Amino acid sequence: MKNPLDSLWGTVISGLILTLILYFVVKSIL
Amino acid sequence: MDYVPALARWLHFMAGIMWIGLLYYFNFVQVAALKAATADGTAAGITKHVAPRALLFFRWAAVVTWLAGAALLGGQFVNAFTFQGGMAAIGVGAWLGTIMLFNVWGLIWPNQKKILGFKPATDEEKAKARRVAFLASRANVMLSIPMLFFMAGGLSHRGVFFGM
Repeated sequence: MKNPLDSLWGTVISGLILTLILYFVVKSIL
Repeated sequence: MDYVPALARWLHFMAGIMWIGLLYYFNFVQVAALKAATADGTAAGITKHVAPRALLFFRWAAVVTWLAGAALLGGQFVNAFTFQGGMAAIGVGAWLGTIMLFNVWGLIWPNQKKILGFKPATDEEKAKARRVAFLASRANVMLSIPMLFFMAGGLSHRGVFFGM
């Protein structure tokens, strides 16, 4: 499997997915 | 004493813009430019004159950003880093910023010193350093996206995002 960080789009999409995951994690804490 | 957080926020923004601005410059501009410059034999212009200066401001802006952020959190510093007292959202931003600071000083800068020739390294060590520095830099671009979301909205706009 290709490392998503090797492409700029892969990096940005990974960041957006991570944002979504962390958002729901924090929302469940607060 | 209200001046301290107000001035800290100003400094946090200025240094943060320099840090993340240069991070985006490296990833969105310099990586591709260096590839093209290597192909036509002009890479030295970037590696000798641009990259060392950009890295100088980049790594110290990261330190100033973190310190100003810590000053801005003030008495809420521990609460933010332990996700207590309704500070979980800004705390995630603070943790992401801290991980990014570690990436700058623990991975990017030590490996860039080998790549740019400030520290002696064999060709094999340089190739490895190039890969580690590249991935650490890309990881920071990825982390900057949630980091900026939680920094921007984690406290000031928590009503909108977290219903608090």
